[in-house]
Amino acid sequence: MALQSLDVIRRSATTTASPHQRETAEVAKLIDVSKCIGCKACQVACMEWNDVRDEIGTNVGVYDNPPDLSGASWTVMRYSEVETDRGLEWLIRKDGCMHCADPGCLKACPAPGAIIQYGNGIVDFHQENCIGCGYCITGCPFNIPRISKKDSKVYKCTLCSDRVAVGLEPACIKSCPTGALVFGTKEDMKHHAEGRIKDLNERGFKNAGLYDPPGVNGTHVMYVLQHADKPEIYHGLARNPSISAWVSIWKGATKPIASWLLGIAALAGFVHYITVGPNEVEKEEKE
Amino acid sequence: MSDQSEPIVRYTAPERANHWMVAILFILAALGGLSLFHPYFFWLSNLFGSGTWTRILHPFIGTLMFLSFLGLTGRFWAHNRITAADRQWMSQMGDVLNKRRDRLPEVGRYNAGQKYLFWVMVATMILLLISGILFWQPWFAPYFPIGLIRVAVVVHALSAFVLIMGIIVHIYAAIWTKGSISAMTRGTVTAAWAKHHHPGWYREVSKEVKQ
Repeated sequence: MALQSLDVIRRSATTTASPHQRETAEVAKLIDVSKCIGCKACQVACMEWNDVRDEIGTNVGVYDNPPDLSGASWTVMRYSEVETDRGLEWLIRKDGCMHCADPGCLKACPAPGAIIQYGNGIVDFHQENCIGCGYCITGCPFNIPRISKKDSKVYKCTLCSDRVAVGLEPACIKSCPTGALVFGTKEDMKHHAEGRIKDLNERGFKNAGLYDPPGVNGTHVMYVLQHADKPEIYHGLARNPSISAWVSIWKGATKPIASWLLGIAALAGFVHYITVGPNEVEKEEKE
Repeated sequence: MSDQSEPIVRYTAPERANHWMVAILFILAALGGLSLFHPYFFWLSNLFGSGTWTRILHPFIGTLMFLSFLGLTGRFWAHNRITAADRQWMSQMGDVLNKRRDRLPEVGRYNAGQKYLFWVMVATMILLLISGILFWQPWFAPYFPIGLIRVAVVVHALSAFVLIMGIIVHIYAAIWTKGSISAMTRGTVTAAWAKHHHPGWYREVSKEVKQ
């Protein structure tokens, strides 16, 4: 769908402009952790709509099942039992791709068009162009992409780009029984979150807040957290995620400069040869 | 001394075979590596069938290159010890490039440029192997922490850049210095060439012949 679409803002490993004639509003999924009951209906909806089935695993002693994201599990619930100022709390976070405005995966990807960022903010993997190098994993500040053992391609949440493209909301949103998952324009979702945060504040969650990290220029999956001052208690949610400095060095200006230097070195040799001339044994020495 | 005199053996057949094995593997590794280095070069991945084939083959080619380079390392290690004269030679790069040979210290079997290039190759080959294994998908990368992999990709790209630069210099030097290429293709050089470019080495080999 990527190139037929008229609202692509960025394509991986592409140095020319992407087709973006169509103006689209930015969308966002809002995950209200305070309303989540951990029923995993969203996990099931994700499997069902995308028609992927993970292998049946084993009980690891906690509710987390499957225990991690994989090529076939694009969203998983993370359960944390945490002591806070309110006593013991059971915090349940739906984990998956955050759809960063500044996506580290796309920046790191060497395969043209394998990762696409749409005008609506969705970051999508196009497996037909994926070469299986795993650089996106290196670039991601949220530890999301997974290489499938089956086909050595990477997979992650698509934010149901296929559904959103035809005006439907993502499958997970449809399935949520408590309204913990909401979908709409990013502006509307921020507004909705404000109301939720106000409500939580009134109920004594003084530090409730919206998780829309500025280090990656905001995300198109946002959380309402009861304890936004301590995101790490939600199964290690990054406090201030951003693309690693190493990845920026690796994928920033360094490589184009290095590429030019290689060309210049070869050219310098040629210029030297035609100006100074070859390094030969002089005639008199030969005799 | 005439050009018709007996050619001097510079490289034996096993040395030449080893050199060209490394050279061919280097070309393949560089083409595959460059195609993943920057989108400027991604089209090079077509030489290997596809981007995916490039990703699959590149680490195997690189590992083979490292292993065959071990052979060269063993063969040439002792010839490449850096001396005070070598440091002097390097500091007079302007004289080298402008063929003012009379102002430079006497050169033995290898000049300082060749020696430093040898050590640059030893260092970058080791760095490329270690860093490459750290993000070799799907076999090894999953066993290493992400922080280490992020450093490894930078080290790998940087070492590859230095190595390719070094090889550009190496190839150009061979083209520039007429009479050098036969050393690696036929194994021999002329006495005049040896006397002109490597007088110290020429003295050694002609002594050996006399004994």
